[in-house]
Amino acid sequence: MKIKSIVAGLGLCFVCHSSFATTVGFAQVGSESGWRTSFSESVKAEAKKRGIDLKFSDAQQKQENQIKAVRSFIAQGVDAIIIAPVVETGWTPVLREAKRARIPVVIVDRNVQVQDESLFVTRIASDFVEEGRKAATWLMSQPQAQQQCNIIELQGTVGATAAIDRAKGFNEVLAQHPQAKIVRSQTAEFTRAKGKEVMESLLKAEQGGKDICALWAHNDEMALGAIQAIKEAGLKPGKDLLVVSVDAVPDYFKAMADGDANATVELNPHLGGPAFDVIEAYLKGKKDTEKLIRTTGDLFLQDTAAAEYEKRRLN
Amino acid sequence: MTNEATILNSTQSDQLKAEQLKAARQARYSPGQSAHQFSLYLYPLLALALLLLVNVLLDPQFFSLQWQDGRLYGPLIDIVNRSAPVALLAIGMSLVIATGGIDLSVGAVMAICGAVCANLLVLGDWSIPAVIGLAVLTGLACGLVNGFMVSYLGIQPIVATLVLMVAGRGVAQLLNQGQIVTFQNPDFAALGSGSFLGLPVPVWLVLLALLIMQLLLKRTALGLFIEAVGCNAKASRYLGIDDRGIKLTVYLLAGGCAALAGIIATADIQGSDANNAGLWLELDAILAVVIGGAALTGGRFSLPRAVIGVLIIQALSTTIVVSGLPAKFNLLIKALVILLVLMLQSELFRNQLKALFSFNKLRGGKA
Repeated sequence: MKIKSIVAGLGLCFVCHSSFATTVGFAQVGSESGWRTSFSESVKAEAKKRGIDLKFSDAQQKQENQIKAVRSFIAQGVDAIIIAPVVETGWTPVLREAKRARIPVVIVDRNVQVQDESLFVTRIASDFVEEGRKAATWLMSQPQAQQQCNIIELQGTVGATAAIDRAKGFNEVLAQHPQAKIVRSQTAEFTRAKGKEVMESLLKAEQGGKDICALWAHNDEMALGAIQAIKEAGLKPGKDLLVVSVDAVPDYFKAMADGDANATVELNPHLGGPAFDVIEAYLKGKKDTEKLIRTTGDLFLQDTAAAEYEKRRLN
Repeated sequence: MTNEATILNSTQSDQLKAEQLKAARQARYSPGQSAHQFSLYLYPLLALALLLLVNVLLDPQFFSLQWQDGRLYGPLIDIVNRSAPVALLAIGMSLVIATGGIDLSVGAVMAICGAVCANLLVLGDWSIPAVIGLAVLTGLACGLVNGFMVSYLGIQPIVATLVLMVAGRGVAQLLNQGQIVTFQNPDFAALGSGSFLGLPVPVWLVLLALLIMQLLLKRTALGLFIEAVGCNAKASRYLGIDDRGIKLTVYLLAGGCAALAGIIATADIQGSDANNAGLWLELDAILAVVIGGAALTGGRFSLPRAVIGVLIIQALSTTIVVSGLPAKFNLLIKALVILLVLMLQSELFRNQLKALFSFNKLRGGKA
């Protein structure tokens, strides 16, 4: 008797649970950067808005933690799983387990390398090439860039997808503007300290930066370091040298509001919306989603910088 | 020794005795040492000169120095300035390596101390000396942990300091809550990018640290004790040297130096980046100490030569940036040049090179 009622209760609970809310497990990388934090926050906010019950797991930059989290999501019988993978490899076994449990998986941000593409529904990622294109298009629309325009490029970590693709997109647009040229290109490893150090040397190697019209950095952190170096060299960043980069971190908005930087393309942290779209469509029966969905952020300029800084600083 | 004893027992005036004693001691300490010392400095300096020469060829204005905003300005100043954090680490690392140990945690300690500075400045109400003091105390505490594990718990130095190398960065991330903490404080920023008497403040800090350490090592028995412990810890203990205390001291000093380096790095970018501050700099510091001719087995070290080693590494980094080669070659070039510098240092290699040349000459003569 007792057992029967418990079973009935459990069954009832299961029914009410599944009919009320979709449960989604989200295996996040960690919180290693400001961008990552806003990415997590955006997913949580989006889930709340849609009435989705989100189970959030922070893997502290470790794949084994992520795999553990995914396994526990499967055990809990969630309706769908979102993974923002730490690394590309080693996902096949756990994805197979999810498939066997008939739980759809959506990959966001970084890629996974699996032989069998049916193991996940789709992958939603930022389009780095498009980010580079947007940055270059803005730069080439400026009056300073209409004559001879020498550009210093600060690359990201050598071999990083973001660095390779951003450079590719930027150079694509640049190829249509013969007056503009990248005269110096060096890696500053995506960090502020290196950005400052490398920019110092490059400016000196270019006769103090007199003939440089713009700085193009693969992320905001490097640009922020470089801005300090430009100031110390006695030039005015934002005026003597246009500064354009990618990411849209709060500090960079402050630099733009102060007039030290000109433009940034947002590395879109709002990957949650499209991911939930795909999941909801899948649960309603749409199984043939494209295997790759690309998103790009907007270009931000000095005019909205002060307001954006206030908005973003609070997060 | 007998020579000294005869001098002491002779019936001369005290002043004469003292002079003769000094001469005798010098003779005892340095049989042919001056020539040896010269060659120890020659090759690192030669490598540095060669690198600077390459830089001049790449950029003719490389040696130009201007007076701008009340300070010297030019590529050479940049190299010295950028060397500062690693130079401080290398000073501390030299002492640790001299006792036969190694400290892998200094980069992480830099990050922790930087995080301490940035957070205190953001909280406000803290005077600059208090912030510096607390950061240095933090560094010393880290050094204490390392030193205690190595000397009193007998854990191998590489393992003991590896703990803090990994955990320390986590502590820094925790302090910063995973973010880059930035601050607006011109006075504190001056520690990284300000100047004093025309030279950047970090350079003065390095010179100060070098001077204090050299005085401590050469004017007290500390230097001798460190070398003794590095050569043979057990034998030194039987001689009455507190080898554990000495080891604890060097890790403490290394922690203090790392704290200073962390302060400079944080002040320079006006922010604390827990993920990247001081990342892999412990390896640069070890490399610099080795380029300076120290033995990783302990007992032999020189602070000025370690600092020259740091200058070589930094000059090389600048050369690579200025060279205009694609960034993907950076690490390869760095490795090759460092290998060359180390081979130049090796007496065995030099002798083989000499033999090769004389053999060629011989053959040339016959033909």
